[in-house]
Amino acid sequence: MALILNEEQQLLKESADGFFAEKAPVSQLRTLRDDKVEDCFSRDLWKEMAEMGFAGILVGEDHGGADFGLVGAGLVAEAMGRNLSASPFHASSVMAAALIEAAGNDQQKSSLLPAIAAGELIATLAIDETGTHDPEGSAMKAVASDTGYKLSGMKTFVQEGGAAGHYIVLARTSGERGDRDGLSLFWVDRRAKGLIVDRSVMTDSRNWAKLTFEGVHVDAGALLGDEGKAMDALDPALDKARVVLAAELLGIAQECLDRTVKYLQERKQFGVLIGSFQGLQHRAAQLFSEIEVTRSAILKALQMGDAGGDFRWFASLAKAKACKTAELATNEAIQMHGGIGMTDEFDIGFFIKRARTIQTLYGDYNYHADRFAHCSGY
Amino acid sequence: MSDLEAFRSETRDWLETNCPPLMRTPSTGEADICWGGKTFVFQSDDQKLWLERMGARGWTVPTWPKEYGGGGLSKEEAKILASEMRRIKARSPLVSFGIWMLGPALLKFGTHEQKLEHLPKIARGEIRWCQGYSEPNAGSDLAALATKAEDKGDHYIINGQKVWTSYADKADWIFCLVRTDFEASKHTGISFILFDMDQKGVTTKPILLISGNSPFCETFFDDAIALKSNLVGEENKGWTIAKYLLTHERTGISDMGLPTPLNALAVDKLGTKNGEIADKMLRHQIAEHEIDAAAFMFTLERAKDEAKAGGDMGAFSSMLKGYGTELNKDRHELILKVNGSDAFEWEGQFSNNGEIARNWLRTKANSIEGGTTEVQLNIIAKRILNLPA
Repeated sequence: MALILNEEQQLLKESADGFFAEKAPVSQLRTLRDDKVEDCFSRDLWKEMAEMGFAGILVGEDHGGADFGLVGAGLVAEAMGRNLSASPFHASSVMAAALIEAAGNDQQKSSLLPAIAAGELIATLAIDETGTHDPEGSAMKAVASDTGYKLSGMKTFVQEGGAAGHYIVLARTSGERGDRDGLSLFWVDRRAKGLIVDRSVMTDSRNWAKLTFEGVHVDAGALLGDEGKAMDALDPALDKARVVLAAELLGIAQECLDRTVKYLQERKQFGVLIGSFQGLQHRAAQLFSEIEVTRSAILKALQMGDAGGDFRWFASLAKAKACKTAELATNEAIQMHGGIGMTDEFDIGFFIKRARTIQTLYGDYNYHADRFAHCSGY
Repeated sequence: MSDLEAFRSETRDWLETNCPPLMRTPSTGEADICWGGKTFVFQSDDQKLWLERMGARGWTVPTWPKEYGGGGLSKEEAKILASEMRRIKARSPLVSFGIWMLGPALLKFGTHEQKLEHLPKIARGEIRWCQGYSEPNAGSDLAALATKAEDKGDHYIINGQKVWTSYADKADWIFCLVRTDFEASKHTGISFILFDMDQKGVTTKPILLISGNSPFCETFFDDAIALKSNLVGEENKGWTIAKYLLTHERTGISDMGLPTPLNALAVDKLGTKNGEIADKMLRHQIAEHEIDAAAFMFTLERAKDEAKAGGDMGAFSSMLKGYGTELNKDRHELILKVNGSDAFEWEGQFSNNGEIARNWLRTKANSIEGGTTEVQLNIIAKRILNLPA
């Protein structure tokens, strides 16, 4: 397969770029933040995204989705990164949808996926328990009973956790912390008795949550996938979500470069445009190079994800490289904007805040560099 | 069976029959590579045979037209040939600046007669070419070159000096940038001309480098003669060709094949502990490098696919050149770290006469030759990012 977009993907890209630039630019995020909107996204926008087919981007046509594949999801995420458009897209349409597709039985798929694709149901994964991403390190307990399972423990860094109606929760049905076996996935309604949802205000002005499970009862039908074998479904689904996050980071990096270059073309000091200084030109050119190299790794990983099969190596490569480049781009953007880049009034600060937050989500640079090395056999 | 499948099967059979055994083993180093040319000494009968067989088929330059000595293959067929060669670990039968740089420029800008004259000899490895570009006062500022060509009717008389001429002492012919108009602005008085190195007016002097090797020369022209029939393109319009050729050179330098992953070297040398390279810090550095290297490899793939789809590479080749050469330097720094003190033996059997150290030092030129990294960044800043002058 050629490492470029096909015609259909090119059209989707143009439509996503236009849609988010018009409907959900950075100014919308600022308003949501300043107005302290509880969801931290616009329900109207989310409805329109569903109408555009974005909410069902990974969901098959038989379940009412647009079935654009991972490349399509990456293109939408990149456009959202450029505009910092807030929505439950990544949590629900990518992470949850991919996980239900990988782990769910036919009945679960046909009841949940159409609702996700329609944007009516917002689901999200509750996986981390400490500040460090480590799925196998999960300790939260799920004890089997006659009527189902009882969940006890806590989860943190749950994206869109404050607005989601349902959680997919990773908990241990057997084994010890650190074991790959013994982990299971559960579908939990946010209204479940004993579940406490603490909405956390995070740096990126988006909606996250900490969850506390005080003996939450779920029935046996809530089990998603085989008991004790969660990691087999979680790994590939997480990898899809990671590559789409990488695409959002790419959008952020590209937007930072574009805004910075524009500033260098306009700002005058010492009587000349500062973009004529070689010291700044070289830094901008280096950033351009890193972004292009990152773009290739991400497109490759998106394509490999669509091709099926084991694409862990590609996913970790893409997320690691995207983390590094987004870090460079956001830092350079602030530095090259100078003092104005430090002000809240100016938009560039929103980009660095979102970038660092999602760099950390589902494994940061170090996590993925280490995993990349393991996948390469060292 | 589709045409391409049939081609693959024929190619496989032909290679199995015709690639000599020694040519299916890795070359032992720089000295073992076939560069061709009048004075080239083959390292083995197999090497000679392999060049002759591939050259006769035009498969040293698979996509060049048949009438000019090429294989006449489509891009898809050439890809298959390359993958079939990789399959049996076949060496490249011929490496040369003629294939890499002059050929593409002649195909684009040369006359039919010039192509007929020069391309088949490149394809068969009969003539070895060198590149006369840089001068003592025209390095990064290449267009400041001052080597003078005087019009003498059917020929030019050339006087001046080139420097950093790769393998000029081993080359048969030179493709050379000369100034044909000293009045015009510096980019508009340059011409691109070909001439024989084997003449009284041409002398070469190898330059000893920090690696202890002398791949580059100073080249002096003292009333050297170049026939006008060997002027490529129009007089004073040579800069366009020079730039086109540099684009090829840059893409080539950035794409020096896929080296053995560093982790394989490190596992060999340092061993593993619980499946990880035993030296933790080095493992981290290697992973960092290999992530960049893999992302860069996919960038080369994407650039090729975009070019195939009709996209214009243009200044993007500057990005590839700059990034690729910096990566290669980084790679050799890591090779030193993997080998520790063993990397620094300079003479002797153990190190094949200091191969690791000499190769490492050689890479320092990667980001200087063909336009420095800084020049590439200038090009990106101006032509892609449109930053002001």
